[in-house]
Amino acid sequence: MSHNKDRVPLPPVGAQKTNMTCHFCIVGCGYHVYKWPHGAEGGRAPDENALGRDFRSQQPPLSGTMTPAMINVVEDGGKKYNIMIQPDKECVVNQGLSSTRGGQMATIMYNADGVTRDRLKYPRLFTGDDWVDVSWEEAMAVYAGVTKRLMDTFGPDAIMFNAFDHGGAGGGFENTWGSGKLMFSALKTRMVRIHNRPAYNSECHATRDMGIGELNNSYEDSELADTIMFIGANAYETQTNYFLAHALPNLTGATVAKKKAWFKEETANSGRFILVDPRRSLTTAICEQSSKDRVLHLQINPGTDTALFNGLLTYVVDKGWHDQDFIAQHTTGFDEALKANHMSLKECSRITGVSEEDLEKAADWAYKPKPSGHRPRTAHLYEKGIIWGNDNYRIQSALVDLVLATHNVGRRGTGVCRLGGHQEGYVRPPYPGKRPVYIDQEIIRGNGKMLTVWACNAFQSTLNAQEYRQTLYRRANIVRDALAQVRGRGVDSMIDAIYDAVTNRGGLFITTIDLYPTKFAQASHLMLPAAHPGEMNLTSMNGERRMRLSEKFMDPPGEAKPDCLIAAEIANSIKALYEKEGNKTMAQRFSGFDWKTEEDSFNDGFRKPEGIDTQGGATGHLVTYDRLRKQGNNGVQLPVREYRDNRLIGTEMVYTDYKFSTADGKAHFLPAEWTGLPEMVESQRKKYRFWINNGRTNHIWQTAYHDQRVDFRTRRYPMAPIEINPTDAKELGIESGDVVEVFNDFGSSFAMAYLEPDMKPGHTFMMFGYFNGNVGDVVTSWTDRNYIPYYKGTWADIRKVSSMKDYKETVSFKRRRYI
Amino acid sequence: MNQLNRRDFIKLGGAGVAAGVASLTPSSALAKSEAYNPGATTLPYPQTAVAKAQSLPQNKVVHFNYPDESSPCVVIRMGHPVPGGVGPNMDIVAYSTLCTHMGCPVSYDPASRDFKCPCHFSVFDSEKMGQMVTGQATENLPKIRLEYDTSTDSVTAVGVDGLIFGRQANIL
Repeated sequence: MSHNKDRVPLPPVGAQKTNMTCHFCIVGCGYHVYKWPHGAEGGRAPDENALGRDFRSQQPPLSGTMTPAMINVVEDGGKKYNIMIQPDKECVVNQGLSSTRGGQMATIMYNADGVTRDRLKYPRLFTGDDWVDVSWEEAMAVYAGVTKRLMDTFGPDAIMFNAFDHGGAGGGFENTWGSGKLMFSALKTRMVRIHNRPAYNSECHATRDMGIGELNNSYEDSELADTIMFIGANAYETQTNYFLAHALPNLTGATVAKKKAWFKEETANSGRFILVDPRRSLTTAICEQSSKDRVLHLQINPGTDTALFNGLLTYVVDKGWHDQDFIAQHTTGFDEALKANHMSLKECSRITGVSEEDLEKAADWAYKPKPSGHRPRTAHLYEKGIIWGNDNYRIQSALVDLVLATHNVGRRGTGVCRLGGHQEGYVRPPYPGKRPVYIDQEIIRGNGKMLTVWACNAFQSTLNAQEYRQTLYRRANIVRDALAQVRGRGVDSMIDAIYDAVTNRGGLFITTIDLYPTKFAQASHLMLPAAHPGEMNLTSMNGERRMRLSEKFMDPPGEAKPDCLIAAEIANSIKALYEKEGNKTMAQRFSGFDWKTEEDSFNDGFRKPEGIDTQGGATGHLVTYDRLRKQGNNGVQLPVREYRDNRLIGTEMVYTDYKFSTADGKAHFLPAEWTGLPEMVESQRKKYRFWINNGRTNHIWQTAYHDQRVDFRTRRYPMAPIEINPTDAKELGIESGDVVEVFNDFGSSFAMAYLEPDMKPGHTFMMFGYFNGNVGDVVTSWTDRNYIPYYKGTWADIRKVSSMKDYKETVSFKRRRYI
Repeated sequence: MNQLNRRDFIKLGGAGVAAGVASLTPSSALAKSEAYNPGATTLPYPQTAVAKAQSLPQNKVVHFNYPDESSPCVVIRMGHPVPGGVGPNMDIVAYSTLCTHMGCPVSYDPASRDFKCPCHFSVFDSEKMGQMVTGQATENLPKIRLEYDTSTDSVTAVGVDGLIFGRQANIL
């Protein structure tokens, strides 16, 4: 292809066509991968290319999309192939739409000359002062050797993991099972934390305790709702094609006919959106642009969501808009919760900063009976504003209390769901601990002797990150020094040196398992190369529990492997060591990993649901690769109800039978009294001027593990941007493009100033998880009762560091909001 | 935008400012007769006269088509030097007006000096080489390569950086 990127090769008729679910955000858009021998090209006439499109003339708007980012040249089986990855028009999720993330899936596939050419291809071992490629055999000799010594001497608490637990890239049912079986069944360690939080816990603990799984409706319900309350959710940027294909059409009236067809007796109008967010997000701006009179932005004070829901609950019950029959028949604990959560509208207004008039308007829109007399169908959809908010467990309890009181679950057009970040794909043996352990603090205290960092990167995505990172480096360097002393003396000497360093001198032996040499890997001693979707068959489910099979279409680079097969490699290596010394009991613990392919792991885990924790439920055995493959990019919504007429039949909405996920089958209200900000957070708020709100932008996925290699992304954001009110910035002598330092009692971080008039004075918004400028460095160590961080609860001061001429000249600082 | 020196402009992609360079590129007639040229590493873009620099209104779009009649573009004289700008003040830029995401026509907002797509809300910066400010595209807005002839004050389109929506190649 030309360097001008002004042409692309077309797939010829007969090009291989396979299914691919986008492996980035939770929406999981359907795509097709076209693959054909390098050198061949399809013609422009519709019967000459596999797309069936006529490129002899200019194609009209919305006829499809095809960009240079959607093509690449890959190697498979020693031969070169062109690939093109195109959105699937027949997929009910995205309906042919591609997002800025999914649209670049071809670009990030491995190509020795491509942007991701620095993928890990072989295991790499730190030899004391340098990295060298080693065989899997040698890497496993070190890893298994150290693990066994530590297990035998100290037991499993010495062996810690930072691990993925989800679907999509760096996940999938195959890989969560493989890694989970290793950690929980074989090693039996409880010293595990999950990718963006410091313990092994759920981000939706409260709603589950109340009997409601957090993904209980379909994207179609956002087309059917009378009102959608988005809480701390910026769907345009973070669940893009859900928002564009399903939610926005409701606001603009495009789904009114559908509502009338579904609910014949009920009043049906264009939807109304209530957006709860201290920030005017891009989503709010687009909604207001589309239909301002049907949008209500509740710009609450930071951290006051619980007060908002409690005020609304009290008001709604006073008005008699709650569903007394539903409450009596299908729930417990209503009276207790109502009493604990009681808050007058006046008090609610004082705390949240929202006028009583707007609070009443919100209640009218969401809960007042419709003109036809029917109860409105209101969907409550939340994300990081709650997940990473002021006391996750408490806010979620307050929200679900309000939802239960108004019967907004189990009916089409309702639901109380997280919108999600990544896809899901959880299937693991039960966590072996009684309670989660705050692993980051254990590391900081000097506990643990070995840490495996698996497809996640806490250097960029944990709280109190500065202290954590500094501790990691200090402890890792103890091991590095020890390795330098035995350089060239072989594996046994290395194991002895590592064992001595972690046992007697406070060291920590660190292994990273990833696609790339990550920032965390800079502190490690061993890297193991993993594979991602396209290089393995992989199943996940999206935010409406829709499970698909992303098909393998190329080999991983070098000797990289799927995570489940890496888990098997580790388990089998440890098993061999125990067999060698005749320890049958321990050898047995590490057995059951005789997997040749990822499908073996899938069949061992997802398809044998008894006694394990699985998002597939009890009917997981009905799902096979072959059956999923036949259902293409539309897949099946879990749980599967039956396999009939050669089709897997799924579940569009959960709890339509009002049998909730509790022992008594009833939903449980939980008291959730408003208690203000946590003391640790409040101390920072009092001391520092700026609220450092933080989260995602649509350009960048997770820790930018691919994106930091893509010029289109890094030219946009060479450094994490921080949106600042222009008047505040002027006072501090800050202009867009300046590098600023953000600092408080917990640390300091750096960011690229981005002046934005929509930011309230004293408020900022910094991109989360970036490789250049990490907001986690200034996030307090406070967590809720289950160790969920309060990332949003960050206050700090800001000062200008320097003026970056290149940033100012090459980066756009135009307003990101569509005005 | 502050004043930029010549080195900055070259670095940022505004190298095509010198008169005379245009004579090295193929004419449209030549391109037609040599549509298939195994020796070429670039597409045979035509040279198309766009406007006289002095006649361009400031901060208003002037429509033209390039490289053919079915590809709508605009040229803008920004009124101050911008990366990639040509002309006596290095302030003239031109772009395809088809959003690189799904081809909807973008509109120029003279107040914010950006291009906005009404279909999926992508925004592109006219003053930063068409950089996507936000949105769902995976490519910046295709930038029309311009050359300026000081002797005639004429601005000529000579190529395109980026793939125009709805095409396999920019030359049909």
